[in-house]
Amino acid sequence: MTQHAGVVEPPLLDRAATAGAATSSGGRRLPRGRNATSLTPASGLGLGVALLWFSLLVLIPLTAVLIQASEGGWSAYWDALRSPQTLAALRLTVGQAILVTVVNVFTGTAIAWVLVRDHFPGKQVLEVVIDIPLALPTIVAGLVLLSLYGPSSPLGVNWANTPVAVFLAFLFVTLPFIVRTVQPVLLEIEPEVEEAAASLGATQFTIFRRVILPSLTPAIASGAALSFCRAISEYGSLVLLSGNLPYSTEVASVRILSYIEGDKLTEAAAVASILLIVALVVIVILDVISRRVARYG
Amino acid sequence: MADTAVSRSASRWALRVLVVGYLSLLVIWPVTLVARETFAHGLAPVIDALRQPEVIFAFQLTLSAAFWAVVINTIFGVGISLLLVRYTFPGRRTLNALVDLPLAVSPVVVGLALVLVYSGRTGWLGGSLEQAGLQVIYAPPGIILATAFVSMPLVIREIVPVLQEIGTEQEQAASSLGASGLQTFARITLPAIRWALLYGVVLSLARSLGEFGAVKIVSGGVAMRTQTATLLVEERYQQFGVENSIIAYTAAFILALIAVLALVVVTCFRPDKETPR
Repeated sequence: MTQHAGVVEPPLLDRAATAGAATSSGGRRLPRGRNATSLTPASGLGLGVALLWFSLLVLIPLTAVLIQASEGGWSAYWDALRSPQTLAALRLTVGQAILVTVVNVFTGTAIAWVLVRDHFPGKQVLEVVIDIPLALPTIVAGLVLLSLYGPSSPLGVNWANTPVAVFLAFLFVTLPFIVRTVQPVLLEIEPEVEEAAASLGATQFTIFRRVILPSLTPAIASGAALSFCRAISEYGSLVLLSGNLPYSTEVASVRILSYIEGDKLTEAAAVASILLIVALVVIVILDVISRRVARYG
Repeated sequence: MADTAVSRSASRWALRVLVVGYLSLLVIWPVTLVARETFAHGLAPVIDALRQPEVIFAFQLTLSAAFWAVVINTIFGVGISLLLVRYTFPGRRTLNALVDLPLAVSPVVVGLALVLVYSGRTGWLGGSLEQAGLQVIYAPPGIILATAFVSMPLVIREIVPVLQEIGTEQEQAASSLGASGLQTFARITLPAIRWALLYGVVLSLARSLGEFGAVKIVSGGVAMRTQTATLLVEERYQQFGVENSIIAYTAAFILALIAVLALVVVTCFRPDKETPR
């Protein structure tokens, strides 16, 4: 595999992206100069058409959200965000998203470890299983979780319409992110370094902490950022599962939807602007991480 | 040494069991339960459900919206990938980061954003479009827009790394021998990216067929008019009666089947990145 223009193709997110529907900008480095030329008239026209479509589809609508949010001025913006029901929804969403991200840091790393270092029959199946949450339509994901954790659960639990349902739904939809960011990095770690550490008397735990973990940290951080971003924006899988009860299981996206249905577009846009800003921040974080990995990696 | 070997294999087993158990509880078991629930009353009710006009309509609408979204994303994706990789222009880095934005934004925000611009009543552009005879929101064009929005980056993400890897030598050779831009693309570039393009298209298609939140807001979800397959699942599941629930499960099962098939296709046929080609 050849690397271009001295830029290391960071393993971050490459797999996650191909897996179905991951987010982020981390996986791509553009070549600096060597293969790139300046625009010709034809490519300039192409760029113009592409930018026009991109603006009509993405940039203008997203800008409209921010402008709509500022329609009533700062006081209206804050009032919309400070209404007790919205505040409760934001608190639940952010709280559960943080919790799920922390859980994913551990389970995601463990799953990636098993997929790379362990060998057993059926491992290929697990590779597909990891990506199912990304590929499954979110409404079906809700139905899927309901079948095991809902009223007719064979486990005898019923977590439908409780905050646990929100946690489960977030956990399900964010499963692949850390696995898919950590896995390629783990594959590239040379076993010689670990063997050297072991021959010098390091215990398994010390080897993991001092040798492996430092090189995994950027990947874990990107995966965590993606997990968090996906969790706070989740909607579809909660529709059937969480019941959307105000003050109890209502998340930010549902709040936006009920504002839209009540024709309160400014309030809807205010809550949406929070999610949009988090998405932008996550994209910037990922860009910074991948640049750093490219420099020192 | 024997002790550490034993403890190593014990911890390996423990981790293996833990991971398999976690994935079984979170994914494998629940997914198989949905399949079982779908066929709980046998095959006949499932086939009956598939003959319902609402179901047929919903899948037809979903397929045609997904088709157009994928066509748009493929053309746009190939074009913008070539521009990002092969050319320099001011704002290239920003554009490179921004094309990923649609995957990071909540579907509900996507829906709201499109309504704010394209709604015939209050939208920035929607009013003029409606006067020109094109209704976007609460109509199929809105569904296509929402679907194209959420699946936009998937083709780009597949093609860009391949374009970077193949470099420009062959393309330059072709054009120095007198090939036109179009000939170079058709004879050199397209064959080199065809697998990546195929994966991108399969992933876009899977994502497009399953979109729910954004489509729900822009379409209104009226049965036999703007109700897609995912919206049908929601509506029927919330209605009472065995028949409705079988319809919901059948539609969900088909959507899940398509998603898993797409995954298997991508997993099996992707040239392995770890092994040198």
